[in-house]
Amino acid sequence: MAANDAPFIFLALIAPFLAAAVAPVLTRAMGHRAALPLALVPTGIFAFFCRALSDVQAGQAVTGGYLWVPSFNVSYSWLIDGLSLTFVLLISGIGALIILYAGGYLKGHAQQGRFFSFILMFMGSMLGVVVSDSFLMLFIYWELTSITSFLLIGFDHAREASRRAAIQALVVTGGGGLALLAGLILVWNITGVSTISLLLEYAPALKASPFFFASLLLILGGAFTKSAQFPFHFWLPNAMEAPTPVSAYLHSATMVKAGVFLLMRLQPAFGDTPAWETILPVFGGATLIAGTVIGLRQTDLKLMLAYTTVASLGLLVMLTGFGTPHALESAVLYLIAHALFKGALFMVAGAIDHEAGTRDVTRLGGLRRAMPVTFAAAMLAALSMGGLPPLLGFLAKEEIYEALAGSNPRALAFMLTAIIGNALMFALAFAVALKPFIGPERALPGPHHEAKPVAPASALPGVASTKGEKDKMQATHIHEAPLLMLAGPVVLALAGLAAGVFSDAFHAAFSSPMASAIAHQARTVTISAIPHLSLPFLLSLVTVALGVIVYLLLDRARDAAAAALESIGWGPDQGFDQAMRGLIRGAHALTTRIQSGRLETYIMVTFIVIATSLLVPMAIFSEWPSPPVWPAEAGFHELVIFAIAVIGLFAVVLAADRLTAIVSLGIQGFSVAVIFMLYGAPDLAFTQFMVETLSVVILALVMTRLDLQPSDHRHGWEMIKDAVIALACGVGFAALLLRAVQMPFNRELTDFFNAWSKVVAHGTNVVNVIIVDFRGTDTLGEIAVVAITGLAILALIRIRVSGTVRPADNDPERSD
Amino acid sequence: MADRSPRRGERRGMDTLIFRTMAPYLTALMMLFSVFVLLRGHNQPGGGFIGGLIAASALAILGIANGVSAVRRALWFDPIAIAAAGLAMAALAGLLSLFADVPFMTALWAFPHILGTEVALSTPLMFDIGVYLVVTGAITTIALALEEREDD
Repeated sequence: MAANDAPFIFLALIAPFLAAAVAPVLTRAMGHRAALPLALVPTGIFAFFCRALSDVQAGQAVTGGYLWVPSFNVSYSWLIDGLSLTFVLLISGIGALIILYAGGYLKGHAQQGRFFSFILMFMGSMLGVVVSDSFLMLFIYWELTSITSFLLIGFDHAREASRRAAIQALVVTGGGGLALLAGLILVWNITGVSTISLLLEYAPALKASPFFFASLLLILGGAFTKSAQFPFHFWLPNAMEAPTPVSAYLHSATMVKAGVFLLMRLQPAFGDTPAWETILPVFGGATLIAGTVIGLRQTDLKLMLAYTTVASLGLLVMLTGFGTPHALESAVLYLIAHALFKGALFMVAGAIDHEAGTRDVTRLGGLRRAMPVTFAAAMLAALSMGGLPPLLGFLAKEEIYEALAGSNPRALAFMLTAIIGNALMFALAFAVALKPFIGPERALPGPHHEAKPVAPASALPGVASTKGEKDKMQATHIHEAPLLMLAGPVVLALAGLAAGVFSDAFHAAFSSPMASAIAHQARTVTISAIPHLSLPFLLSLVTVALGVIVYLLLDRARDAAAAALESIGWGPDQGFDQAMRGLIRGAHALTTRIQSGRLETYIMVTFIVIATSLLVPMAIFSEWPSPPVWPAEAGFHELVIFAIAVIGLFAVVLAADRLTAIVSLGIQGFSVAVIFMLYGAPDLAFTQFMVETLSVVILALVMTRLDLQPSDHRHGWEMIKDAVIALACGVGFAALLLRAVQMPFNRELTDFFNAWSKVVAHGTNVVNVIIVDFRGTDTLGEIAVVAITGLAILALIRIRVSGTVRPADNDPERSD
Repeated sequence: MADRSPRRGERRGMDTLIFRTMAPYLTALMMLFSVFVLLRGHNQPGGGFIGGLIAASALAILGIANGVSAVRRALWFDPIAIAAAGLAMAALAGLLSLFADVPFMTALWAFPHILGTEVALSTPLMFDIGVYLVVTGAITTIALALEEREDD
């Protein structure tokens, strides 16, 4: 790609978001057939990025971008090397198939347009994640995938299970995203670079830093939550509440691989360290075993697939952490193979569900005659997942065993883990892809779309018209899924076959550049589909044999797994609920404690804080004012006004009822206004008069309005406490003002305003010129506050409290 | 809010005949004065803030004497809408400078001759009128809300 391709790359990256904006309108106009034009967008992106294949094969990364926040050295920049490009093509290619599939799967759904919109937004976010070079861009896209995933899991928002799963996924992956952000910022601080391409050059400095381990843990927090590693795996199976296209796309082929992607991306920077090579394989291995064992127990097709996805992600993390070039190559092969076969199997599961009306593997059977094409696609995908030649999965498994083969205890332990995990996945693959199709035909609920009649049955593109006719007469007849839903599994399954058969071309285009990008050195993947007698092949045979045994004993294995899991009893899923409940209870307890709902308490706290912030700094820094000097030349009239102010104060304090106190407050205020006038501030005095008048009026109105008791009812220690707070505030303000005027007066501003007020602002009243001209923006802010205060008080007064609503009246204990 | 002894404000204004008769004239005079104070503000003590406070006091007097509905009828617009209009006017006065290609809030002046007299028109004047309206509207809102009863 040429350097001037930057605008086109940018366009390709935002195209899904643009398509998301038009998707609802298009769907309203075209119904489910909107899938066809919408699928053109990812197809176009796929074709566009195919042009980069030759560059990437030659070992050149496509880079470029724009400045975003130049002052912080943040850019919107991309790095498209073998790793990114493979992901981009997977995301756009599978994305196109998924959109077609969703066109058939959600046909007639009232919210299908919204669904297209969400899934296109997700696609755009995911593309952004994998091409990001800049840390912040990576983080933003990363969080966008969490948010769009939340929207998609909660698509069927009327069901509580969907909502719970959506919130759970958002909390887990969003929380992980924050850890990632912290980790990236830490790395940024350590190395001083904020792009991935530069970071790889600074790897030695990063590894030598004392904060290396902390940054590693934070980034792993992001990667492990996203890629559903044990013990954060629980959100992924729950995310199966989403419609099947989402499960196939986000929760197997793309989004959950973002964590693995990040690990692969950072492998040159963080890899080859003891922490990396311990944490990743151990957690990955644990995830692999946990995923397969829990998966054995399931009877729902989608859940079985979900747990094998968890297991596969564990395997990928384990291999990435293992770190040897062979391990990385095997991770590459397995990642691509997994995206193809798991996407296909999910779509098959959705097709079965769509046509047979159930996903329960114990109820399904004998569908091979009704759904031959689906069956064929399922078998191809399962063969790849089981690791049989000549499919891509076989190549991946051979490479895995090649990488793990070794005689040291570490290699042996992980090899054993891989064999057990692969054998159980083999069994599960065929449980999903074979069990529903073989055996005698069973009585099944029948197609969803016939059980609940939907929009007028227009001529369906895809379903042979004769079959469409027959459906209407024979409601429970199970038939092949529509063409839109067949394209995905068939294409993906065939891709897995083609990649295995034409392995040389496949390696040259995808696996070798991707492995080189991860290992940060030129690698050539050579493995082919021709079985050859070697240790890996023998291990493969053992795996297959074990897998066949487990498959044949599936029912017993399921019971055994269920019994084992039940004996443990507690899982992180329940832990999540407990943590959320604890959070809500804690928040409620804290809120009821600090938000008493009593105005007295709030005002008391406010004034204590004011007094403290006035008095404490002066006490700490010994900045008390020197005592004021009695003015020698004070005139008699001035003394009288001072005396009136003091009398007003006593009148306030000694007043028998509140109305008298309020009016007496006015005495003191007016005297102060007169003092302002005497000392040459007519504007201030003027304002003070008006404010005092209005204060008295409004306070008197508040008194009558709020039905307050006419007299003060405080007594004893309450009075003393309030008096102390009042005195502290008064003394604090007085001391502050005294101290302020005892400083030498800076005349700079005074001189400036006096000199320029008439000249540039055409006004001789300096105060007014300051308010409306020199400091006009301040005034604009102030009058906005005045207006909003008026609005707020209006709202407060208009609220009619019915019954006794106490603060924090949403007690979680009661709603339970 | 049942059983409440009749206090001030419970009725439609005060039961003082003199006050009730005088209040509209007083209010009108004070409103006129408030506008005077507003307009002289640039060169003499006064301005939008003070003018607005005087206008708000005037309306409070009318409300106490003759009841809230009298004030609402006299004002024509809801006081909070007056405050909002004032805020918008002040912001607009600041934004006008953008059309003259100078920074936000830069004062613009014009001195047209109307009926043979030079009249100083400026964005600060427009801004000050905005301040006046905000203060009048916001405080009147508060005062009327407090004076108002369910039966009003």
